[in-house]
Amino acid sequence: MTEQEIYASLSSKFGDQVVEFIEEETLNPTVVVEASAIADICNYIKDTETLQFDSLMNLAGHDPDGESDLNVIYHLHSTELDHYITLKTFTPRDDGSVASVANIYRTADWHEREAYDLFGIKFSGHPDLKRILMEDDWEGFPLKKDYVPAEFYRGMRIEKVK
Amino acid sequence: MGRLHAEEMILNMGPQHPSTHGVLRLKLTTDGEIVSKIEPVIGYLHRSFEKHAENLEYQMVTPFTGRCDYLAAMGSEHGYAMAVEKMMGIELPERVEYLRVVFAELQRIASHLVAVGTFGLDVGAITPFIYCFRERELILDLFEMASGARLLYNYIWIGGLAHDVPPGFVEKTYEFLDAFDKRVAEYNQILTGNKIFIERAADIGVMTPEVAINYGVTGPSLRASGVNIDIRKTQPYSIYDRFDFEIPLGEGLQGTVGDSWDRYYVRVLEMLESAKIIRQALDQLPVEGDVKSAIPKRIRPPKGEVYFRSENPRGELGYYIVSNGKNVPLRVKMRSPAFSNLSVINEIGQGFMISDVIAILGSLDIVLGEIDR
Repeated sequence: MTEQEIYASLSSKFGDQVVEFIEEETLNPTVVVEASAIADICNYIKDTETLQFDSLMNLAGHDPDGESDLNVIYHLHSTELDHYITLKTFTPRDDGSVASVANIYRTADWHEREAYDLFGIKFSGHPDLKRILMEDDWEGFPLKKDYVPAEFYRGMRIEKVK
Repeated sequence: MGRLHAEEMILNMGPQHPSTHGVLRLKLTTDGEIVSKIEPVIGYLHRSFEKHAENLEYQMVTPFTGRCDYLAAMGSEHGYAMAVEKMMGIELPERVEYLRVVFAELQRIASHLVAVGTFGLDVGAITPFIYCFRERELILDLFEMASGARLLYNYIWIGGLAHDVPPGFVEKTYEFLDAFDKRVAEYNQILTGNKIFIERAADIGVMTPEVAINYGVTGPSLRASGVNIDIRKTQPYSIYDRFDFEIPLGEGLQGTVGDSWDRYYVRVLEMLESAKIIRQALDQLPVEGDVKSAIPKRIRPPKGEVYFRSENPRGELGYYIVSNGKNVPLRVKMRSPAFSNLSVINEIGQGFMISDVIAILGSLDIVLGEIDR
């Protein structure tokens, strides 16, 4: 299936929760969806006969500019039918949350923890959402564009990054 | 006779432990010798690669990628260079493509040699490790000849190579290849068919195809479960569609498909396939061509984003790069293969003995540098 067809299939099934389809400005055509619907959509595209997206290749957090909503990007692949799609969702910077897909794709478990660790994106329904790369008691989320590191961590001075 | 139940105990393996291949801590919940839960604790080698990348120009990120997966630096550089080239639409000279394939495959052999050797070491076989490192040294000599470095190369640049290979490089590589096939036969004699090794590895940590795909396991660990996915074949990048090579799959020769022994043996067979690719690439290598001719003066990819994946020795290495049209990337995310490969250990390691967990970990071939980035 082409990405266009996958988009058509999703938008007829989920209506308003599928926001738009981005083809320009990206080398991986992307379907933008609502954060609350992402788990339902992943369930649907995994189980539907014509889609069979069984592999979540990558899950990435992204902060576009330090002001607007944070993004979560899902790169999916169907090993059976050999087609690809990218899903993108967005969440408010501070108190939003994205439905977790960790129970659908186990690979999302650690990737969502990483996105939480570095961007502070909360995934509702995640089995064990805690930091993974940074120290458990680290303050702030380092990959957010408006991140300002604390001056000290356990008595050690934190070097400023330009 | 009923089973004796001991009290549950939490056992910390690592962060300093010779079998964890770096700085990894495994929190084992044990019932006597039987492990009922494995919780990997990672992050000890976190060096903020992604944060650094957001503050550096595109070409300055290249050396950092090699430091993530330090056993396959050529592969990491290759993947990153191709991702940026795809964003910018750069066409490469033929000679560059061929040389890159030669280096990527040499790196695959070198990395698998470490994997095979240290796996033997983990389960008590010391000699094969020395043998493997003997061959790896020869490959590192070739890398040193070309790039001047033995571990971290900064050789594959965006749009080309740092410089052409010196005279005599091709001949020396042929020499290495001629000797290498016989050397692999030695590993098979000393390790592959070794009764003790088979006892330790066969039927241990069996990974079914469904589990492997669901956990995002890629590379030799996935193919050992019998899943025929290799990005070099399924979504060919660079010039891999021009070469004739097989994808070795796990067959359960000593036990069950997808056990630790299969993961080991797939790597051994893959080394021979890589040698085949290198030979073909050298045979077809164009003599003419400036390896620096396509390197852009200013690297400013157009606004947009890309997810580019390539087959690293450990599996699918993906780069998700977002550009805002400036000379510094807005976001670089490295999807590291060993990160997902390690996450499966709790699923496949439950119910085995503590010493088997070591074998399973060794068979997954993790590099903590790229897990923690």
